[in-house]
Amino acid sequence: MAAEGSSSIDALSQFKLSTALGPIGASVNFTQSNMMMVIAGLLTLALLWVGMRPRAMVPGRLQAAAELAYEFILSMCTETIGPEGRRFFPFVFSLFFFILFGNLMGVFPYAFTFTSHIAVTLALSLLVFILVTVVALKEHGVHFFSYFVPAGVPKVLIPLMVLIEVISYLSRIISLSVRLFANMMAGHVMLEVFGAFIVMLGAAGAIGWIPAALSLSVNTALIGFELLVATLQAYVFAVLTCIYLHDAVHLH
Amino acid sequence: MRLLPAALLLFLPVVAHAAEGGMPQLDFANPLTTSQVVWGAIIFFVLYLLASRFALPKVGEVLEERASRIAQDLETAQAAKAKSDAAVMEMTEATAKARADAQATINAELEKAKATAAQQAASLNEKLERQLAESEAQIVAARTAAMGALRQVATDTAQTVVTRLTGAAPDQARLNAAIGGALASRGLG
Repeated sequence: MAAEGSSSIDALSQFKLSTALGPIGASVNFTQSNMMMVIAGLLTLALLWVGMRPRAMVPGRLQAAAELAYEFILSMCTETIGPEGRRFFPFVFSLFFFILFGNLMGVFPYAFTFTSHIAVTLALSLLVFILVTVVALKEHGVHFFSYFVPAGVPKVLIPLMVLIEVISYLSRIISLSVRLFANMMAGHVMLEVFGAFIVMLGAAGAIGWIPAALSLSVNTALIGFELLVATLQAYVFAVLTCIYLHDAVHLH
Repeated sequence: MRLLPAALLLFLPVVAHAAEGGMPQLDFANPLTTSQVVWGAIIFFVLYLLASRFALPKVGEVLEERASRIAQDLETAQAAKAKSDAAVMEMTEATAKARADAQATINAELEKAKATAAQQAASLNEKLERQLAESEAQIVAARTAAMGALRQVATDTAQTVVTRLTGAAPDQARLNAAIGGALASRGLG
């Protein structure tokens, strides 16, 4: 989201992919987006690893944060999915912190936000969708397909209802991925646009200083808002994953 | 949160023509768009493996350790409390028993003292009673002696009086009878 002082606002180039790690990265198409993914994963592991190193009975700050993160996701799993949720806890934990750190790091200047790429969020939501379907099939076998037949529906309406249910089931992939992608992209476009306003208006001379200052205050507020959105969207993604897993385990 | 996509739609026409080729995210002709997903899958899989195998169990261990330690400490505290409760109960019981013992001792001593006192009073009474009886007997004896003397005095007096008046000694038998009668009539015979 670096704001270059160009004459026209180029809000989308910040999403452009390029290779990272020099010629080695280029030869295997390793992008700066993947670099951020690695950092997000390392931050997640570092929180747990470094935080839990003292193994103290009375935790210090970082250990308390690691334990808080652990218990937060664990309670989310067990409360939403039920006692079976413990099985999915490592997955939901990795998912939540992968997305959370991806979102939060994106707010830093010059950082790339991998969650602002539909391909990435789509892959994540497909992963969740496939996991949910596999779990449901494993848990209930053929009986799983009764999920698409709502109880107490007149026989005539069943084909229509099944169609609707199947569509709503499949649309989870789209809603889950687009929600995250659109939120992240929108925030970063706004930041870029207002950032460009500051530069353009500031360069226009004394007349532009007041609107430039206004744009700066808007951007300041937007960054706070982005932090909220980053956290909230990671949470929403994790909670929806848990809800879908609940449906898969319990079939409503 | 819902506003952002709407705002994005407002901005899109403005920014879209500025960025030739549209959104880079939808540029699937770019091999990097798909390669980042492949790399992403690998990175996420490694993250999941490391988190689920090593990092998370470590946290779980510490939390479990703490929970068991807390449970153990609570148990110890509970045991100590039960012990102290028992000690308090024992002490209360001992106090009550000591108090009852003391009361019993006091009562016994009291009874004993009462019995002694009663005995002493009884013996004193007896002694007094005896003295009283003795005194009464002495009085009666003295009275009898006095009575005997009275007859003697009366006889002598009557003899003297009669002798003086008549000049002759009275008949002894008649005098005795008269005095006996007089004494009897006064209740002194």
